[in-house]
Amino acid sequence: MLRLLATSALLALALLLPPQARTQALEIDIVGGNAAALPITVVPMPYLGTQAAPDTDIAAVIAANLNRSGQFRTLPSANLVEKPIRGSEIQFPTWRVLKQDFIVVGRVLDAPDGGFRVEYELFDVAKQERLLGLAMTGRARGLRDIAHQISDQIYERILGVRGAFWTRIAYVTATGRGDTLQYALMVADADGHNPQTVVRSREPLMSPAWSPDGRRLAYVSFERGNSTIYIQELATGARELVASFRGINGAPSFSPDGTRLAMTLSRSGNPEIYVMDLATRALTPVTRHFAIDTEAVWMPDGQSLVFTSDRAGRPQLYQVPVAGGEATRLTFEGDYNAKASVSFDGKKIAMAQGNRNVYRIAVLDRSRATPVWQTLSPGNLDESPSFAPNASMLLYATKEGGRGVLYAVSADARVRQRLVLTDGDVREPAWSPFRQR
Amino acid sequence: MNNITRLALVAACALVLSACARQVREEPPAPVAQAPAPAAPVVADDGRFGPEDLDTNACLMQRTVLFDFDQAMIRPEFQAIMACHAKYLRDRPEARVTLEGNADERGSREYNLALGERRGNAVSAALQAAGGSAGQLTVVSYGEERPVCTEATEACWQQNRRVEIVYTAR
Repeated sequence: MLRLLATSALLALALLLPPQARTQALEIDIVGGNAAALPITVVPMPYLGTQAAPDTDIAAVIAANLNRSGQFRTLPSANLVEKPIRGSEIQFPTWRVLKQDFIVVGRVLDAPDGGFRVEYELFDVAKQERLLGLAMTGRARGLRDIAHQISDQIYERILGVRGAFWTRIAYVTATGRGDTLQYALMVADADGHNPQTVVRSREPLMSPAWSPDGRRLAYVSFERGNSTIYIQELATGARELVASFRGINGAPSFSPDGTRLAMTLSRSGNPEIYVMDLATRALTPVTRHFAIDTEAVWMPDGQSLVFTSDRAGRPQLYQVPVAGGEATRLTFEGDYNAKASVSFDGKKIAMAQGNRNVYRIAVLDRSRATPVWQTLSPGNLDESPSFAPNASMLLYATKEGGRGVLYAVSADARVRQRLVLTDGDVREPAWSPFRQR
Repeated sequence: MNNITRLALVAACALVLSACARQVREEPPAPVAQAPAPAAPVVADDGRFGPEDLDTNACLMQRTVLFDFDQAMIRPEFQAIMACHAKYLRDRPEARVTLEGNADERGSREYNLALGERRGNAVSAALQAAGGSAGQLTVVSYGEERPVCTEATEACWQQNRRVEIVYTAR
C-alpha cells in the first residue's frame, strides 16, 4: 500500500512536468543487498564555491552506483558521525570502529571557466593509505557524468576491473493504449537517469543493438508495416534503412569492429542468419536450415556467432563460424534457451531460459572444465538479458503486475535495481559499450 | 483486502482455475474467444462467394486462427475456416489477404517474431492447398508485439497465439 501511495505521489508529481519528461521518467529503486560486499563510506561532498550550488549530489550518485554493483556496501548516512571533506581531516580510528574498509571524501569548487571542479580522495582505512586523489571539471549538467566516472575510478582502483557506471542503456517503451499506443526507443544513463528519446513510432520498435563505438543504434521498426532494420546516429538523429526485404528483417547485431551487422532475414522463406558488410551492403548467408535461426550475437573475437535455433525441436543456443559451417549446440539444460548475451571476454553467455512456464535469466560460464550454470533472476517472465561491458552486472526485462519493467542485477545475483516507467511498459534493455574517455 | 473480496476472489479462482493458478498449465487447447463455427455446411452451397459474404457469412466472418504454444500446426477445428476462406479466394481472384502472425509473450521477442511468421506461413499454405493462390496472400509477422490480451494467463496467451486473416482487397 505504501508503495502504491508512493507511486501515486510520483504520478501526481509527474503530471506537473512537461509532457516530454512525463512519458519518459523512470522510477528507480534498489532491492536486495549483499552482506559480503566491501564496506565503503562516501562522505557528502559539499559545494564550497560562490555560484548557485549545483543540483547533483555527487556523493549520493557514487554511493548508489557502488551499492548497485553488489560489490560494495556504503555506510548509511545516519551513521556518518564525522564528515571530513579532505584526506587530512579523516580520523581513521572512527572509520575502523565503524568497520569501514574504504572512505571517499571530496568537495565541489568553482572552475575558472564558470563550471565546477570536483576534487576527491579515496583511502584504505586499515592502511591509512591514499589510493586515489583526483580532480574532474565539468558544467552543472555534466556533474552526473563526473560522478559516474569517479565511481568507475574507485571501482577499478579497488577491484582491478574497469567500472561500467559511466555507460548508457537503450530500451524500448510502450505507452498509452489502443489508438494512443506509442512506442519509443530511449537511451539513458546506466542508472536510468537522463532519458532521451531516440525515435518514436505508432508501430512496434524492437531489438536495439549498440555499435561498438557507442555512437549508433541498430533497431527493428514496423513503421513500414513489416519489420525493417535501421541504423541511427545518436548525436544527429540521422538514420539509414539497412534491411527491408520480404519477410522478417530482425535481430541486428554489430560485429566487434563495427564494420558488419549480423541479422535475421526470412527472404528465402525461412528465418536465417546473415552478415551484412555495412560499407557494401553485401549479404553473406551464415545458416541454412529449415528451423528458425535468429538472435545472432558476436563472440568477442568476431570469428563466430551465438544464435537461437529450434532445429532440435525447442529453441536452444548454438555457435557457428561467421564464415559458415556446422553449428554446435551450446545449451543442454532447460527446455527453452534463447536471446544470448555474451560477456566481453566470451566466457559467460546469458540467456532467457524457460522451464515449463517459468522464464528466467540464466548464465552459462564456459571458462571452467565443466560448464557452470547460474540463475540470475527470480521472476516468471524474465527475458532480454544484456551484459554490462565489464560483465559485472546485467540488465533484463520482466513483467510486474502486467507491466514491463527492467532490472539491473549484479553478476552474483545478490543486488537488483528496478527501472519502472511511471506509465506504460519498458522492455528490451541493451547495455552500451564503454564510453570513449 | 476485506473478507468479502477475499471470498469473491477464492470463488473466482475456483471457477477459472487456470486464470488464478500461479503457474499455468502449458497447453489446455480450449480456444476461448474465437470458437470455430458450429458445424454449419458453409462451403456446401454451389454458389460463388461475393464481397458481402465477408460481413454476413458465419464462417467467413471468422478471421482468427489459434495455435498451441510454440507450434504452427493448424488445429482440426480451424479446417472449416481454412476451407471457406480458400473458397472465397478461389471465387474472387481479385481478393487479397494479409496473414498477420502473432505469438504470446513467453520467450524471446525475436524468436516469437519468427514463430509468428511460421504460423502465418502455415495458414498461407493451408489456404493455397485448398484453392487460394500465392499471389493473393501476404504474410507479415508481429511476433509478440501486438497482443490482444495482456494478462499472464493461459486463456490470454491462447488469444495472442494467433493468425489474423485481414482482407486488403475484397
